[in-house]
Amino acid sequence: MSNVNTQQAAPKPPFRLDIKAVGPLVALILLCILGYVLNPAFASEGNLTNILTRSAFIGIIAVGATFVITAGGIDLSVGSMAAVISGVMIITMNSAIETFGSGLTTVILGCGCSVILGLGAGFINGLLTTKGKIEAFIVTLGTMGIFRSLVTYFADGGTLALDFDIRGVYRPVYYGDFLGLPIPIWVFACVALIGWFLLNRTTFGRYCTAIGSNEGVAKYSAVNVDRIKTMTYVIQGLCVSLATIIYVPRLGSASASTGVLWELEAIAAVIIGGTVLKGGYGRIGGTVIGALILTTIGNILNLTDLVSNYLNGTMQGLIIIIAVWLQRGPWQKQASGQT
Amino acid sequence: MKTLAKLSAALLLGMTGAAHAQDRIKIGVSYPTPTHAWASGMNWHAEQAEKRLEELHPNVDLILINSPDPASQASALEDLVSVHNIDALVVLPFESEPLTDPVLQVKQTGALITVVDRGLSQPGIEDIYVAGNNPELGRVSAEYMMTRLESGDNIVILRGIPTLIDNERFDAFMETIEGSGINVLDHKHANWNRDDGYEVMQDFLSRFDDIDAVWAQDDDIAIGVVAALEEAGRTGDGMFVVGGAGMKETIKGIMDGDELVPVDVLYPPSMIATAMDVTVNAFTSNGPVAGRYILGATLIDKSNAESFYFPDSPF
Repeated sequence: MSNVNTQQAAPKPPFRLDIKAVGPLVALILLCILGYVLNPAFASEGNLTNILTRSAFIGIIAVGATFVITAGGIDLSVGSMAAVISGVMIITMNSAIETFGSGLTTVILGCGCSVILGLGAGFINGLLTTKGKIEAFIVTLGTMGIFRSLVTYFADGGTLALDFDIRGVYRPVYYGDFLGLPIPIWVFACVALIGWFLLNRTTFGRYCTAIGSNEGVAKYSAVNVDRIKTMTYVIQGLCVSLATIIYVPRLGSASASTGVLWELEAIAAVIIGGTVLKGGYGRIGGTVIGALILTTIGNILNLTDLVSNYLNGTMQGLIIIIAVWLQRGPWQKQASGQT
Repeated sequence: MKTLAKLSAALLLGMTGAAHAQDRIKIGVSYPTPTHAWASGMNWHAEQAEKRLEELHPNVDLILINSPDPASQASALEDLVSVHNIDALVVLPFESEPLTDPVLQVKQTGALITVVDRGLSQPGIEDIYVAGNNPELGRVSAEYMMTRLESGDNIVILRGIPTLIDNERFDAFMETIEGSGINVLDHKHANWNRDDGYEVMQDFLSRFDDIDAVWAQDDDIAIGVVAALEEAGRTGDGMFVVGGAGMKETIKGIMDGDELVPVDVLYPPSMIATAMDVTVNAFTSNGPVAGRYILGATLIDKSNAESFYFPDSPF
């Protein structure tokens, strides 16, 4: 324990500007300038708040994904997990009205249910990966299909809708403000800060990095690899449940089309942010910027009719590749020295 | 002598058996497994029609099968022929191309073929074709817009998933409003999805200060659009949203006099029931039924909403 702590203090020079950290930020700033040039409405207060609020879902999930990926894993099930948790939350709250009325108790019950499901689903993913010794890609591909079909089943192929009486009580969680900023932005900020602390300032975070760099070495260094890896999936599950809690009050519904491809957006946000896909190096700050970049691209495309609608995917793909190239290009030489 | 009697008895029995089988009309109904609200409404209407038709005609046996992908639908069609020996097939193909040949195989067994909604890629296979009318949906929506708006008014359009269906609706809409002086500020794809509808509409609202109406094309998109309008507090000044399909919540809203979504344009999932009715008629009616049935894209407003409201359907 103490050994790790001293190690942690040593190689961290305070505030050295390096290209890895700045790359994604540069990309985001360039994107914002582009957005403003194409349409000055981009910089309006309303639009900027929209971007931040919208980024919250993918952003919160991506913070969790940063842990999983840093520890050398991958979680493909997050989008489906978000859908099934939304569905079960809605069913729980609708059926709790009879007993608890359409007040705060019901909403808290729904949120509690979401957290338990998120932790549980993450734990299952983790356990199957570590104790079950199945590739994370396969485990989470499996649970992705299971969760997706479960929500379809619960919704009877249609859409689950939250009872109108509860919506009034629950609505402020998405639409409400605190000190002038919408609640989802605060949740996103808190999750990011806690995530940053956990990854950079605790032994748990060091272990994640160590396992991602070299699992065998970590094991021989008396790191409880299985426990740490399982924990990363549990954190991922918790993040998904938090994202769900702020997602449900937005439109008050869940269906089979909820959260489609969120897993890829979350993974893209993580990688754009500078985390290495094969593990061993993670950056929460980068992930946050990655999520913002993804949302901003979509926003800019909606604000202009310069590009044909059919080419939206092309623009997104190009910008993602450029964003990653911006940080990797000049950095490659340094990296070879580092590892 | 004895054996001859036995044989003739068996023959007689066999003949009556065959006659009995001929009396019983077996109709297979094959469609994709419902994975979204519209399809699940279709599933519901198919089940309702099965119950109703089998009660009405005791000699009709309808066999409903849904399949999760084109390949399983093709196998399901084979089973309908080999196991159930069907006299007619009602099919909503998953995709046109991969199912054209399997449907042709069914036709070659002599069965009557009814195709619903999505045409096959080769003409002349189906005896009966029942479908919604996509261009008509665009045209009816546009005509309603023109009754409410004046020259110089601004609208935005949220389109579906980039497909032929979406293009047909969009092109017909644009053609109809041409020359009316209504400005289309912009159109973006919202993929027939509530979340995308919400986000695209948010962006339209930050981009354009003056929007008089929204064509959302679809009821799911319209739900997202309404949420964005309410959030921005821009529901006043006669703003209205036109969706499409006929979702029960939307129709309920129209019945209750919702001003923001005052009408809906029908693209009904119940068309499968129409197809099943027509197919049964082919065996029971003395009139000819083969042909193409293109359903109207009815404008649903307060006056007729009740007849399109199915509170028990999932859609």
